Amino acid sequence: MRDNVTTLTQDQAMPQPVMIETAPGDDIILDVAAACCRFDVSAPALSRLFSHEPRRILRAVENVSFTVKRGTTFSIVGESGCGKSTLARMVVGLQRPTEGKLSFRDIRRADGTIGPPRVQMIFQDPYASLNPRWRVGDIIAEPIRELKLRSDEAAVQQRVGDLLETVGLSRTDASRYPHAFSGGQRQRISIARALATEADFLVCDEPTSALDVSVQAQILNLMVRLQKEFGLTYLFISHNLSVVRHMSDDLAIMYLGRFVEAGPAEQVFTQPQHPYTRLLLDTIPDVERPNRARRPMSGEVPSPINPPAGCTFNPRCAQAADRCRVERPELRQLGDVRVSCHFA
Amino acid sequence: MTASAAQPLLSVRDLRIVFDGRHGPLTALDGVSFDIAPGEILGMVGESGAGKSLTGTAVIGLLEPPGRIAGGEIHLAGQRIDNLPAEQMRRLRGRRIGAIFQDPLTSLHPLLKVGDQLVETILTHLPVSRAEARKRALDLLKEVGIPAAETRIDHFPHQFSGGMRQRVVIALALCAEPSLIIADEPTTALDVSIQAQITTLLKRLCREHGTAIMLVTHDMGVIAETADRVAVMYAGRIVEIGPVEEVTRRPSHPYTAGLMASIPSVHVRHEHLNQIDGAMPRLNAIPPGCAFNPRCGRAEAFCRENKPGLPLSGHAAACHFPLKEAAHA
Ligand SMILES: Nc1ncnc2c1ncn2[C@@H]1O[C@H](COP(=O)(O)OP(=O)(O)OP(=O)(O)O)[C@@H](O)[C@H]1O
Ligand SMILES: Nc1ncnc2c1ncn2[C@@H]1O[C@H](COP(=O)(O)OP(=O)(O)OP(=O)(O)O)[C@@H](O)[C@H]1O
Ligand code: SF4
Ligand code: SF4
Ligand SMILES: [Mg+2]
Ligand SMILES: [Mg+2]
Repeated sequence: MRDNVTTLTQDQAMPQPVMIETAPGDDIILDVAAACCRFDVSAPALSRLFSHEPRRILRAVENVSFTVKRGTTFSIVGESGCGKSTLARMVVGLQRPTEGKLSFRDIRRADGTIGPPRVQMIFQDPYASLNPRWRVGDIIAEPIRELKLRSDEAAVQQRVGDLLETVGLSRTDASRYPHAFSGGQRQRISIARALATEADFLVCDEPTSALDVSVQAQILNLMVRLQKEFGLTYLFISHNLSVVRHMSDDLAIMYLGRFVEAGPAEQVFTQPQHPYTRLLLDTIPDVERPNRARRPMSGEVPSPINPPAGCTFNPRCAQAADRCRVERPELRQLGDVRVSCHFA
Repeated sequence: MTASAAQPLLSVRDLRIVFDGRHGPLTALDGVSFDIAPGEILGMVGESGAGKSLTGTAVIGLLEPPGRIAGGEIHLAGQRIDNLPAEQMRRLRGRRIGAIFQDPLTSLHPLLKVGDQLVETILTHLPVSRAEARKRALDLLKEVGIPAAETRIDHFPHQFSGGMRQRVVIALALCAEPSLIIADEPTTALDVSIQAQITTLLKRLCREHGTAIMLVTHDMGVIAETADRVAVMYAGRIVEIGPVEEVTRRPSHPYTAGLMASIPSVHVRHEHLNQIDGAMPRLNAIPPGCAFNPRCGRAEAFCRENKPGLPLSGHAAACHFPLKEAAHA
């Protein structure tokens, strides 16, 4: 099928093509070193005093390290509540790491300037991230005006209209308010807003979860095209493993705040090493081979407030042995992938 | 389970919804008809903006101006509900119809602990004591897979992850044991394992309590594994409806076929995903005849002039030139 995500030519959709100096994938753009994020979820101090309840610390992200290469897609997959959004918020600077360091490296742009990449996030919840009192046109125009990406107001309006069409909406939608749009249409408005910033690094937290598969294909094809043409880098979070397989160069599987397996995406998909990764790949609902008797993964979902001792996956792992209940496996390098399992 | 001769629990006929705008009324739903039997799950899929959420909103009586029902009828267990006074409708909602909204924030109060929200809802609808209500709230949180529910019950919504908030909303919808559940994208923010837990829970409610469910989702895998029948919507109309295996395996409407072909496979990696070219028309620019005709490879002059109807039968498509003669039940 013909790829017409947009009726525009690409130079209308995106201004001055950025020439990437080095081949994509050669240089590191983001370096995350031993990042941790903990939340204090104790009851208020006074009531703790009377009830003698201990402090409760929720370990949302524990000791996560990885690098992302420019012009590639790094995906993070894992159970709901395992810490993906928290990690994403640390990357864009919305959440301070309790420990560890996250740093962006300077990049060389088309005009020869060298500087830190511009980073932008597409939020998981399209409702919360759009200001209900602003017209859609102003929501999208704001970063363009703020960053002075266009010289005059006519060019700003032109750009806003182009972006709306790029995400499958119409130019006239600019004058309406967010509440007049469906869930998927709102998600596309927040994608258009993120694209408006002409960012170098996009953090996408469930960017297509509210879209039907055809519009989803349009958006994903667009993202891949922008990456090829402008060297965009994506940190991609999704529960949809088919989408992840399509998009990713590198993939990390997260469980209870930690990476349990990480490496080249195709390898993780075709030769999963960690028992959790294997279970995850087995549970995907499939239209071609529906399993109407599917059972959820057995065992209690563990809590990041009180994680199990040893390997945090042990209460649900079929291969768990005594050692797993006392000793936490390190994330070890095995060929191209890193795995944390005593028996991998 | 299929739609049997038994009386449907929910029956929607020729539903029309319009938005009164500055430039005249815009038709957002145009003659939508379907039934859901007790114990049945009807899946709803379709283009973003096609009117799935609007259909659900109309059934639970929460359509807000400038939107209004301009025609048609909605019956719940034989009783007409689309013209009920607001007060009566409010009592029906929550008690007999449970709603899981696409937007979790509309159902959750940001400044109240999730446990208190559940307890209040339970007390409003069921004749139980506060202690019993709290016990039930805790059980529900466990049932939707919230870890350490005993601690979590006293947390605020912002302390939950996206998927956990979505599960709290599911618990809220289930707490009064409604006989009809409108579930709008209940599993989008959930990983495959929790998703399986939620769909198993929904299926059990259908089987054991005869609950009827309208399940709106973009995830065809979930539809294939959960729904009994599926309705496909496009530009405010149902374009195809039928048993789930038939519609997913032998789509009859060209839009459904395009949709099925756009699903990325998890078994292989493609360079490029199939997509249906073009975009769905805006409400003020719906073409005459078949609304899909500008994007349809099979369109003929006839399609541009004549609006195809949807026969009320087992597997039906609103198309003049369907891909395959729909098997009639
Ligand atoms: N502000 C906060 N205060 C306390 N706990 C928090 C806060 N934000 C997140 N958490 C907790 O941190 C953990 C990780 O949350 P996070 O939102 O990162 O999960 P996630 O992987 O994005 O999940 P989902 O797939 O459901 O969106 C959860 O247990 C959550 O309850
Ligand atoms: N207040 C409003 N004024 C004008 N149009 C509206 C209003 N609210 C909704 N609409 C329109 O009604 C149509 C149907 O919306 P609905 O939310 O039902 O879509 P949906 O099928 O649920 O889509 P999605 O899959 O993206 O959630 C959309 O085209 C939307 O733009
Ligand atoms: S370390 Fe043990 S419990 Fe953990 S994943 Fe490996 S086998 Fe399972
Ligand atoms: S009625 Fe015509 S235009 Fe519409 S879907 Fe069928 S063949 Fe295509
Ligand atoms: Mg999240
Ligand atoms: Mg919707």
